Amino acid sequence: MITFILNNKTIKTSEHSGTTLLDFVRYQQRLTGTKIGCREGDCGACTLLVGTLNDDTMEYQSITSCISPLGNAHGKHIVTVEGTNLKDKLTTAQVAMKANYATQCGFCTPGFVVALTGFALSNSENNYSNAIDAISGNICRCTGYKAIEKGAHQVVEKLEHQEKNSSKWLIENGFIPEYFESIPQRLKDIEGKYINQPKGKYVSGGTDLYVQKADHLADNDVHLIAEKDYLKGITIEKGICTIGTNSTVSDLWNHTALNSILPNLRKHLKLVSSEQIRNMASLGGNLVNASPIGDMTIFFLALNSEITITNENQKERTIALKNFYQGYKKFDLKEGELLKDIRFKLPNKNTFFNFEKVCKRTHLDIASVNSAIHLSIENEIISEAHVSLGGVAAIPKYLHDTSTILTGKPLTSETILEANEILQKEISPISDVRGTTDYKRLLARQLFFAHFTELFPNNFTLNDFVQHA
Amino acid sequence: MHKNKSNKVLNTKLDAVSLSLKQSIKNLDSYTHVRGESLYVDDVNIRQGTFHAVVFDSPKAHGKIKHIDYSKAEALEGVERIFTYKDVPGENEIGGIIPDEPLFAEHEVHFWGMPIALIVAESEFIARKARGLIEIEIEDLPVITTAKEAKAKGSFINAPRSFSLGDTEKAFADCDYVFEGETFSNGQEHLYIETQGAYAEPLENGNIKITSSTQGPTAVQKTIAKVLGIAMHKIEVDVTRLGGGFGGKEDQATPWAVMAALATHHLNQSVKLILNRHDDLRMTGKRHPYESTYKIGLSKDLKILAYQTEFLQNSGAAADLSPAIAERTLFHATNSYYVPNVTTKVLSCKTNLPPNTAFRGFGGPQGMFVIESAIAKAASEIGVSARQIQEANLLDENDTFSYGQIAKKVEAKNTWHSAKNIFNSDALEQEVADFNKNNTAFKKGLSFMPIIFGISFTNTPMNHARALVHIYLDGSVGISTAAVEMGQGVNTKMMQIAADVFSIPIDKIKIETTNTTRVANTSPSAASSTADLNGKATLMACNALVERLKLVASEDLNVSEKDITLKDESVFINDKSSELPWTELISSAMLKRVALTENAHYATPEIHFDKTKEKGHPFAYHVYGTAITTVTVDCTRGTYEFDSVKIVHDYGKSMSEGIDLGQVEGALIQGIGWMTLEEIAYNDDGKLLSNALSTYKVPDIFSVPKSVEVIPVETEGNELAILKSKAVGEPPLMYGIGAYFALQNAIKAFNPDYDLKFHAPMTPEKVLMGLYNN
Repeated sequence: MITFILNNKTIKTSEHSGTTLLDFVRYQQRLTGTKIGCREGDCGACTLLVGTLNDDTMEYQSITSCISPLGNAHGKHIVTVEGTNLKDKLTTAQVAMKANYATQCGFCTPGFVVALTGFALSNSENNYSNAIDAISGNICRCTGYKAIEKGAHQVVEKLEHQEKNSSKWLIENGFIPEYFESIPQRLKDIEGKYINQPKGKYVSGGTDLYVQKADHLADNDVHLIAEKDYLKGITIEKGICTIGTNSTVSDLWNHTALNSILPNLRKHLKLVSSEQIRNMASLGGNLVNASPIGDMTIFFLALNSEITITNENQKERTIALKNFYQGYKKFDLKEGELLKDIRFKLPNKNTFFNFEKVCKRTHLDIASVNSAIHLSIENEIISEAHVSLGGVAAIPKYLHDTSTILTGKPLTSETILEANEILQKEISPISDVRGTTDYKRLLARQLFFAHFTELFPNNFTLNDFVQHA
Repeated sequence: MHKNKSNKVLNTKLDAVSLSLKQSIKNLDSYTHVRGESLYVDDVNIRQGTFHAVVFDSPKAHGKIKHIDYSKAEALEGVERIFTYKDVPGENEIGGIIPDEPLFAEHEVHFWGMPIALIVAESEFIARKARGLIEIEIEDLPVITTAKEAKAKGSFINAPRSFSLGDTEKAFADCDYVFEGETFSNGQEHLYIETQGAYAEPLENGNIKITSSTQGPTAVQKTIAKVLGIAMHKIEVDVTRLGGGFGGKEDQATPWAVMAALATHHLNQSVKLILNRHDDLRMTGKRHPYESTYKIGLSKDLKILAYQTEFLQNSGAAADLSPAIAERTLFHATNSYYVPNVTTKVLSCKTNLPPNTAFRGFGGPQGMFVIESAIAKAASEIGVSARQIQEANLLDENDTFSYGQIAKKVEAKNTWHSAKNIFNSDALEQEVADFNKNNTAFKKGLSFMPIIFGISFTNTPMNHARALVHIYLDGSVGISTAAVEMGQGVNTKMMQIAADVFSIPIDKIKIETTNTTRVANTSPSAASSTADLNGKATLMACNALVERLKLVASEDLNVSEKDITLKDESVFINDKSSELPWTELISSAMLKRVALTENAHYATPEIHFDKTKEKGHPFAYHVYGTAITTVTVDCTRGTYEFDSVKIVHDYGKSMSEGIDLGQVEGALIQGIGWMTLEEIAYNDDGKLLSNALSTYKVPDIFSVPKSVEVIPVETEGNELAILKSKAVGEPPLMYGIGAYFALQNAIKAFNPDYDLKFHAPMTPEKVLMGLYNN
């Protein structure tokens, strides 16, 4: 039985665990405030909160329920817009939306309200930028967002004197209803942390699989792995960072040590999808999706990462990520094998890392081209280089030749221009909905140059690389 | 000094705007919206035994159907029945303006996504599974995807239309400058967040009730009656609200409602049909792409003396609303400029795309993009700023439009100069120039965009509406109109009118669903006119009731009717409160057997248009405004951010400032989306490539301008606008056109060799290619 608390009600259901959480709350529980906009996590109309009990405190995150398997709700507190409603008055987030004319047709509105309520419940620092990130996965077609921005400002103002991790404060200040206080104890009372998983397709966050084949997953057995402890956790030891493949992008975002090792981490991760999706999407899922344009794949390729693969008998093997990909959506993973973790050497003071991504829309979009670079510099000489480029080949591409030509060369514009010549030979972009061949080649060049103007602003400007400027 | 002074004036104005916004009425639906309690079609409680339907559509853009095998799909457990054209008891025809569109394909398919059959099953999931089991064989026929190709092959929807004023040919001969060129503006997906859908329920005697997400309840009713071969009175269409429409549910909400009704007719069971997003994107039409050519002639002092253009409208595979949209392109071909010699022509080209349809602006934006392109081209060639040409040609009082209407109460120059002064545009232009001088990796661009929009359905007979107002015996009020609420706040405006006339609090007033049994034979909620038409009717009905109630009060209080007013929920005599409150007045009227219901009909006066001469007075009035757009382009990556859009807009006397501002901002962003990110792509086989939200990107919260300032220009409004509050739905969309030209100016600042191109949208791809190529 899948057991969880939905708003203020304990649910025990034997529904198929691969059905979407959206269909369950909307059509089984008749909670119709959760809307269907796209069923691919791209509009946020179905945003819900997932509360997880960690020790004695609740941690709430927003998700898009259209691409989330029902089984992942097991042991959690699931909150829909109805679950945020107060009896006879509006919540603080609702008042902020109403007072600022932030709702027109109203169809996207519950998603925004839930996401803003999630922001109030979250551990994020209370500032406007974080409030906007919280609604980064919500599309509104009516308002043009300016009114919603004002609403978000109002929420931030109301949270100014918030006592963090205090549901009591949020209740007193009208953000959430009173029953939230009872949730930690009630979750503890739910018996059986794990549900038995049948043999079937491995599903972690589901953000990619449910976009591709939700119907299939709702009709066949799935094996949910999101709660498997041995796939979790981020550890830093002896100069090596190891990240369990069940880690979500948000886990990276929230990891203090990782953020100090990669100071621009959040800036880079902000280019990856939306907060709702980052809260769900697992790193392993991104790697095995094998999209030539997978953001995290490109990111970790340039960190020259290795991956650990485990099988049903817990037998492990390790390979370089750059050798994992064999062809379009083909990779070195056998039946019954799972990615366990990914590891990379920590950058040091002589190493430089950058990630670039350009798409039609800067956020919540798939890249036309993305790229990462990792350079070690000693005495103005590039002692080690790793360059990756997405959207330019059948696989997420580690640029062997470009990386090689950079190695041992002085950090000069000549080196970089020469390397670009090699880079252009290494790639073979095709024209598709994300851009023409010519555009992708030009963009690949520009992003390659951008790495250097970003990392070494005192050494290089755009003028060093291109005409017209 | 000058700048500081101006900023102070601006800040004072902005403070005043902000203050009155706070006091302005909120959308009456917002309470249930924010609680997730508002009902849309898919939220309605369904009857036991309801079936769910999925549409089986063409996997080819053009061809002959050789064979279809439904047997495997029919055999799937849970499938009730599959309906095709053979099951249509009346006419298999849904075309509104021209009868050229079947509900279900018969022997040929004309676009990818054309409905062929309706699969009805116990669940949507089963129906979708069954769809995958249908086998179809289609013999390919040649596919046309572009308007140009259609023109070359002589494939048209109807005869071309042409407007003219003066003698264009002769005028070109007198011009100092003449320039010609080509433009393209792409389609646009509506992306209402609520997809198309309908729910049909059988009533007794073969009557059917449809809950539909439609802007045009009467169109749905009429078409169902035609397809089922039954009388219109047997069909009841009910609309609570739409989760966005934008024109996409004016005509194209109809087929899904008809299909659900057809299945209900046969099965005598309720049937729900909600398109999933992929089906909606694939099967429905969009804003029309236009390929156009222009010729513009100017004098040395930058007066546009002659303008000639040919618009090729990519209409898709059937007429839908294309002829009306083409007409509006001609009406707005010269934007808010006076051009004494004009020849415009539009050809509605028949292609193998889904029939393109209404979208906010209705052909107007496509027309205006061309003249703005022509001006930009001329400015670049002459070596002046486009702003100088724009400013030199703005419309004046009593100027003649190419369609014969004389411009009255013109605010073109007023909004233009207000924008320049209030926002200190000289300083803005200087800032941009300075920034560009001092920066290489980033460049800024600025543009001016004046707009005009004619208010009324250009098809004069459609300009009417009705309101049915009940005062219940406890003094509460229920109002039905033809207006469909889709976020534009029209219900709030109706409520304000009644509250104002009756002088009762708004919680005593309820706006009912839009229902064809209460208000019949309606025009769709479209053309920005919904509040004007239905508001006027509501006003008339409320006024008639008040007159009756005054008579009651004069008898009860024994005073003259003319001394009586209704105020603060009470009867006032000579502006002094009497002892007779509203509720007692109503009780008294009941006892006196006075009718407390009124049905009023409003038809816009003054308007007319003669299509044989292409002259007349089609618009009740025009809306004006000017936007100044500033953008920053990242010249390394080709990406861009809009710094600000500063607008002076002609609201007339806005009756709901917060709601109207929301319309301006929403339309602006939608217009910017059309000009920048939103790229519809079909391949040569006519298959939609931008077929999901992962490949079709609308603006998100990060892609909107950092600042949007909208200052209302102080105008008298217009008597034909409801309470002098001008229509606001569509006009501001065209401010977004400024985004294209601001971007192009920034590209030019980086790459002086760049040849101007007029091919929208200006995606990051086009920007980057423009930065580094000619």
